[in-house]
Amino acid sequence: MSLIADIMANFWLGLIIKLLIVALLVPVIGMIIGFAEMKLSAKMQNRVGPYYAGGRWGWAQLIADGLKFFQKEDVIPADADRQVFKLAPALVLAATVALVVVIPFGPDMAFRNLELGLFYALAISSLSTIGVLVAGWSSANKYSLIGSLRAAGQLIAYELPLVLSVVGVVILAGTMNLDGIVQAQIASGIPYVVPQFVGFVVFFIAALAELSRIPFDMPVAESELVMGYMTEYTGFRFLFFYLAEFVNMFTMSAIAATLFLGGYHFPGLSGDLATVLGPVVLIAKSFLLVFMMLWFRWTFPRFREDQLQSMAWKVLVPVALANIAVTAILKVVI
Amino acid sequence: MGEWLSQPVNWVYLVVGVLTLVSAFRVVTSQNVVHAALFLVAALGGVAVNFILLSAEFVALVVVLVYIGAVIVLFLFGIMITRAPTGLDVALDNDKKLPAALISLVVFAVLSYATVTTFGNAELVEIGTATDTASLARAFIGRFVVPFEVVGFILLAALVGGIAIARRDLTPLEEESRRSV
Repeated sequence: MSLIADIMANFWLGLIIKLLIVALLVPVIGMIIGFAEMKLSAKMQNRVGPYYAGGRWGWAQLIADGLKFFQKEDVIPADADRQVFKLAPALVLAATVALVVVIPFGPDMAFRNLELGLFYALAISSLSTIGVLVAGWSSANKYSLIGSLRAAGQLIAYELPLVLSVVGVVILAGTMNLDGIVQAQIASGIPYVVPQFVGFVVFFIAALAELSRIPFDMPVAESELVMGYMTEYTGFRFLFFYLAEFVNMFTMSAIAATLFLGGYHFPGLSGDLATVLGPVVLIAKSFLLVFMMLWFRWTFPRFREDQLQSMAWKVLVPVALANIAVTAILKVVI
Repeated sequence: MGEWLSQPVNWVYLVVGVLTLVSAFRVVTSQNVVHAALFLVAALGGVAVNFILLSAEFVALVVVLVYIGAVIVLFLFGIMITRAPTGLDVALDNDKKLPAALISLVVFAVLSYATVTTFGNAELVEIGTATDTASLARAFIGRFVVPFEVVGFILLAALVGGIAIARRDLTPLEEESRRSV
């Protein structure tokens, strides 16, 4: 362990190693979730799904898909704002990658253990909105523009309940450090999903909307907007959006698992074993939530645009505010 | 100078500072509204990094969450709903460049003078450790509670005023047609 500590003590070397790990982790997670989506969707619709690629279960399907995107022609519409058009997917993916940085995979095992980790995660996740907005605008396509305006309206509306729903957790834990929140849950003996069930439900619904997953996929409603803000994108730029969506599902789930499900802690594990198994536990919990997102996709019909907005402002925000008030009162009384 | 350059923090400061200034300049010289808004994002991002370098993590994240995440998004939203052609927009240029530049210079001079006379050569105690957010909160709801509440009240009044101005009451006929839907 001292060797690792020595290497990490060097600022530049540690930085490069951490960057490499993140750069590897992001596409791998994206591919696993993409493959899970294909296979599980098939299962839920009584299909087989990918079958031939790689020989068994079609496990290489996503690798083949990824390579296919890279060899496709990179089409930029004639009227498009070229620089912004190229910048937008990178902006969305960058916001996604920046989120991975603060997730605690084990005791003191985040790429950067920020004192305000939770606040950082919420702030950074709002960055992708700008990428989505300018992606639609720079495409010079009306469908794209409508799609990105819908996406931005939705992201603004659901960011509020997303932020408010975690305040209850912060009140209980007394810290915004993600590692500290896990430690507080270990100390109190129960994951916060029990005392903060309302917060968890609001967080999960708002996270689904932030991710534009069904039932909140109005921005890319394919039967009316072609593909929303992604319509004009081809090849590896489209892959960026695609990858960002899958990795965002994972990071949102990982943050939800950290806040509400006890993060990397598994009851009964302690000491070195807990440190080694921490990432496994966290990833398992996150994938459980990702599975729920996939499950919802084939369970609920899409919301209409006005229903979607009134859901955020008239239901989720008041519920989240009431949750904060009750939690604060109980924290003082008990 | 050699010692100053040996610190990675100073390199970050140098690069980010230059990028912030360049983007801030491009905000006002850009011939396209959306480009200007994006340069503003870059400039504000640079400001956030500077706050981090000053150990004010909380303020930096507030800049990202509020200014980049909300204000700029609303800018872009407003621009795109009304009028935002791709390509150059000559109407964005006007002949008030010189007075604007003069006022900017005066503001810069005043702010620099105020900063230098207030802090002088005072050094930050600990660079690299974040300011304790709890003590920040204690200051807000303790010593500075009155200004804090006043600012909150003004913002609320502005919000109510904005809604009152933008709101248009429906005529009876429109109300009827809305009810029938």
